[in-house]
Amino acid sequence: MNIDIEDLTKTFGAQTALHPVSLTIPSGALVALLGPSGSGKTTLLRILGGLEIPSAGRVRFDGQDATGLRVQDRRAGFVFQHYALFRHMTVFENIAYGLRARPRRSRPTRAEIDRRVHRLLDLIQLPDIGPRYPSQLSGGQRQRVALARALAIDPRMLLLDEPFGALDAKVRKELRQGLREIHDSTGLTTVFVTHDQDEAMELADVVVVMSMGRIEQVGPPAELRSRPTSRFVETFLAR
Amino acid sequence: MSDVVHPAHTPVTTEPRTVRLLVILLVLSLVAVLLLAPLAAVFTEALADGLPAALQALTQPDARSAIVLTLLVAAITVPLNAAVGIAAAWAIARFDFRGKAFVVTLIDLPFSVSPVVAGLALVLLFGSNSTVGGWLIAHDMRIVFALPGIILATLFVTFPFVARELIPVMLEQGRAEEEAALTLGASGWRAFRTVTLPNIRWALLYGVLLCNARAMGEFGAVAVVSGKIRGETTTMPIMVEMLYNEYLATAAFSLAAALALLALVTLALKSLLEWRHADVLAATRRH
Ligand SMILES: Nc1ncnc2c1ncn2[C@@H]1O[C@H](COP(=O)(O)OP(=O)(O)O)[C@@H](O)[C@H]1O
Ligand SMILES: [Mg+2]
Repeated sequence: MNIDIEDLTKTFGAQTALHPVSLTIPSGALVALLGPSGSGKTTLLRILGGLEIPSAGRVRFDGQDATGLRVQDRRAGFVFQHYALFRHMTVFENIAYGLRARPRRSRPTRAEIDRRVHRLLDLIQLPDIGPRYPSQLSGGQRQRVALARALAIDPRMLLLDEPFGALDAKVRKELRQGLREIHDSTGLTTVFVTHDQDEAMELADVVVVMSMGRIEQVGPPAELRSRPTSRFVETFLAR
Repeated sequence: MSDVVHPAHTPVTTEPRTVRLLVILLVLSLVAVLLLAPLAAVFTEALADGLPAALQALTQPDARSAIVLTLLVAAITVPLNAAVGIAAAWAIARFDFRGKAFVVTLIDLPFSVSPVVAGLALVLLFGSNSTVGGWLIAHDMRIVFALPGIILATLFVTFPFVARELIPVMLEQGRAEEEAALTLGASGWRAFRTVTLPNIRWALLYGVLLCNARAMGEFGAVAVVSGKIRGETTTMPIMVEMLYNEYLATAAFSLAAALALLALVTLALKSLLEWRHADVLAATRRH
């Protein structure tokens, strides 16, 4: 799905989190929102997911105005910064949540839910952890469960907030590859937030560099490296 | 390091045994003197003339009506306060609004105001000498010296219990899980029912039990608004005091023992629930 962001603004009281930002994300792209802490990445991602209402501007999904679309109707697979797994539910129940929450007429049967959850557990290569609770998983396992839970609703796009932020270096590398594979096999338009330029440059097709609520530059990693358009981009990537 | 042999049971704490024993002994004797002894005394006194006499005292019409009234007041005020407490905690933990700090302070008000003052305030507001009270009485609705007044007084006194228990838990848990439910297509109500409520259930249970204990045990505020009309507006604690003042020791202590038993039952209920759900509790406490 193709995403158009037009002159999006967000203020929290006196604080401006996003100055007007505009951006087009082509269908099927794997996009990184890269920038230092406080640059407005999470705010932009949450607006796409319908968790935050923009102060001004517009969002379009496949050309259709989606600015006022309810979060429930967006079908955006959202992976939260600390995963936000339901701690009182097993992994199976976590992944099945979105399917069970559907209105009765479009809700899959029990057997169908069972089948789909197991297929997702296979996809994240953790076929046996269905009965466990989130507290009994490692950080990397939690991240993959969060991804499977987001994929279960058959989303139109994937939105991930610092998906590797809470993990150690070795697991990070593995899971980067995992996200790349899931993106390639599903073909979903994917936007992830990171403050780690290595991660953005290695994983993304397109990197969006942000600073202080503004988009500094948009382009493929190689282009950002060879032709930074501002001092900020140059120094931020050189770290 | 390898040549240091640790005995199997070396404790991590370094306090000498005697100190630990002394502290434990001190705590145990305090518990015994402050909590267990009074309880034991009440039960001993109640059973001084034997169990039949104690039960007989409890079946007297005044005692019976006091028990029924107390249970009725608890049955009305506890669910109401649980619902309002959840709503208040949710609003405070999840939203930023003007005057939030003031509302938080307000929730604690019943803790800092003497119950007698609360009762008097209700009498002033709704008594026959006030405009509101006069109007209500003219329209045949009694608040003061009747059940509604007792309920209002109990609601006021027990208001903080549920909200106080829930606010820190909800603040600590944050919004993320609820938001995750919404992105997965759940309605606000479904997210509340399937995510918020299960996450706060133990704090809620604890708050409800405390609220219930206080609702059944409240004396000061109820004493003022109820007017102590025997057999009509006397709750168990008030009836206990009246019987005691009339030197009816067995009756007074039987009713007091019954009140204490009700409290013990709620405590036992809580322990039972915790024991039955120990595995889920351990698994869900924290990531
Ligand atoms: N709910 C909020 N209330 C007030 N200010 C906020 C809120 N969310 C974000 N902000 C502010 O908006 C700015 C951008 O935040 P955010 O989008 O979280 O940045 P990033 O994800 O890039 O670290 C920050 O200055 C932050 O303090
Ligand atoms: Mg962020």
